[in-house]
Amino acid sequence: MPANLEELKQRAKAIRIEILKSTTEAGSGHPSSSMSAAEVVTALYFGGFMNYDPKQPHWPDRDRFILSKGHAAPVLYAAMAEAGYFPKDQLMTLRKLGSPLEGHPNMKRLPGIEASTGSLGQGLSIGVGHALAARVDGKSYHTYVMTGDGELGQGQIWEAAASAAKYKLENLTCIVDRNHFQQTGAAEDVLNMDPIDGKFAAFGWHTQVINGNDMNEVVTALERVRAVKGQPTCIVSLTHKGQGMLKLLEKLGDTNFHGKPMKPQDLDEAIAEVEASA
Amino acid sequence: MAGASSALQSKRAIGKATRDAFGRALEALGGDYPNVVVVDADVSNSTRTEWFGKKFPDRFFNIGIAESNLVGIAGGLASCGKTPVIASFAAFILCNAYDQLRMAVAYPKLNVKVVGSHAGISIGEDGASQMGIEDVSLACSLPGFVVVVTADEASTRAATKAILDYQGPVYLRTGRPDVPKVYTDEQAPFTIGKANVLREGSDVSIIAYGLMVASALDAADELAGKGIEARVIDMHTIKPLDREAVLAAARETGAIVVAEEHLAHGGLGSVVAMAIAEAQPVPIRYVNLNDSFGESGSPEALLEKYGLTASRVVEAAEAAVLAKKA
Repeated sequence: MPANLEELKQRAKAIRIEILKSTTEAGSGHPSSSMSAAEVVTALYFGGFMNYDPKQPHWPDRDRFILSKGHAAPVLYAAMAEAGYFPKDQLMTLRKLGSPLEGHPNMKRLPGIEASTGSLGQGLSIGVGHALAARVDGKSYHTYVMTGDGELGQGQIWEAAASAAKYKLENLTCIVDRNHFQQTGAAEDVLNMDPIDGKFAAFGWHTQVINGNDMNEVVTALERVRAVKGQPTCIVSLTHKGQGMLKLLEKLGDTNFHGKPMKPQDLDEAIAEVEASA
Repeated sequence: MAGASSALQSKRAIGKATRDAFGRALEALGGDYPNVVVVDADVSNSTRTEWFGKKFPDRFFNIGIAESNLVGIAGGLASCGKTPVIASFAAFILCNAYDQLRMAVAYPKLNVKVVGSHAGISIGEDGASQMGIEDVSLACSLPGFVVVVTADEASTRAATKAILDYQGPVYLRTGRPDVPKVYTDEQAPFTIGKANVLREGSDVSIIAYGLMVASALDAADELAGKGIEARVIDMHTIKPLDREAVLAAARETGAIVVAEEHLAHGGLGSVVAMAIAEAQPVPIRYVNLNDSFGESGSPEALLEKYGLTASRVVEAAEAAVLAKKA
């Protein structure tokens, strides 16, 4: 496994820039919720953790990534374009009529999307289904599910957590993108779910808490998952919503920036901040 | 009366409950359909998927009392090429997990077989909370879903095989009590979307599904004694509707009765009314639960109280024939 950290960091930057460009072109979307997850998604697709073949998106032995926080679709689309599922210029058709890059992921329109999401709380159950299917078929593929932190308010998440532990799904990893904000405010204020790792651990999961905007920590955490036997893993990935353009968001007076595209006149400044970031 | 589950007054021989027939069929077909997996929300001894589970334990998962998770898991399994069969009470799987049916099954059009048992007021004593009376409407509102309700034991066996052979999402409703036999054990024609005309008649057509099919046949016998010849149609597939059979009924008999163990709104009555209003308007009368929940009681007493009997079908048919002449 290579995981050239510098290369992964540069890819995460490129993905952030595509997120900004595509949502600004669309005039809508969720760039800040997408940018918080850029390191994790980049590491999964380009750090050697997932086996996949863009030429055969339905290859049965592929590893799976399910984006339960479907509003973060731009980060997934940017990674998929980078991986070669479709040409990069198609990113600029995001949310436009006729484009397979819908506002939220649609598995019927875009090969490589593993689940149609956008109604929060459902992706982990679907991931349990993938992991159980691997068991029934005697296959060794791994299923990664990314949820938001606000999304943990959905009870179905905990139904899924309990069932994954019951069946000792070591081939399932849930990554909580803990970016601390949901639609109307701080996740802790809307509905405090702390300690998130403690809750998953109480259900029988192996847990890790990491700085999810630090590529080194992300890669190390994903490497550790492979050694876990007999239980699913939850990675609580502490991130910043809008990571990469935080200074600009502060200047704009909106550190949550939920569901808003960058305005065209601010786009260059946002991209410049991403490019200048460490 | 031979006990709460022995059902329903009819001259016909009483067969097994449709949930029993489904459970036995699933168990019998399990060997020929290796992709079938069953996920259960801890009601397998009610829905009868336990028989499959005992025979194929490696393909059976009880994930606890969690219908939302049940449906999501089924979506994941279907994405990986499995044919998940998920069963719970009709009220719970449709109402509790509706968003999951919409997002994880209907929207990606996955090959999941959703089975709702304990439908209708004929479950009896357990009362309104347990009675699926809106399930057909809800299932029909899921784009791409096929919606099937069988009339008896033999047709349920045939339907179980047919829905496993079909690629795509299906809702199959089953019932709790033993019900009269409509078909012979050997012969129960079942093609998805193709209604069965069980009796010919030229004065009125009675279109029914589920246990109301037997009542419709009983009603037709009674109507014949009054000089009214009723066509009886088992509309076992509500969606896609056999429009040809409905329009032929309207055209050739000039009056229609729709009988179903379901709320008025969104059931077969609505669907048939839409079809004939567009193409072949004729008088139509309805036998259903109107707009009310059930309650506790014996199945027979409930069916009587809520008007789901052969004699009510007779009254409705007479009214429809009268309206035709007016």
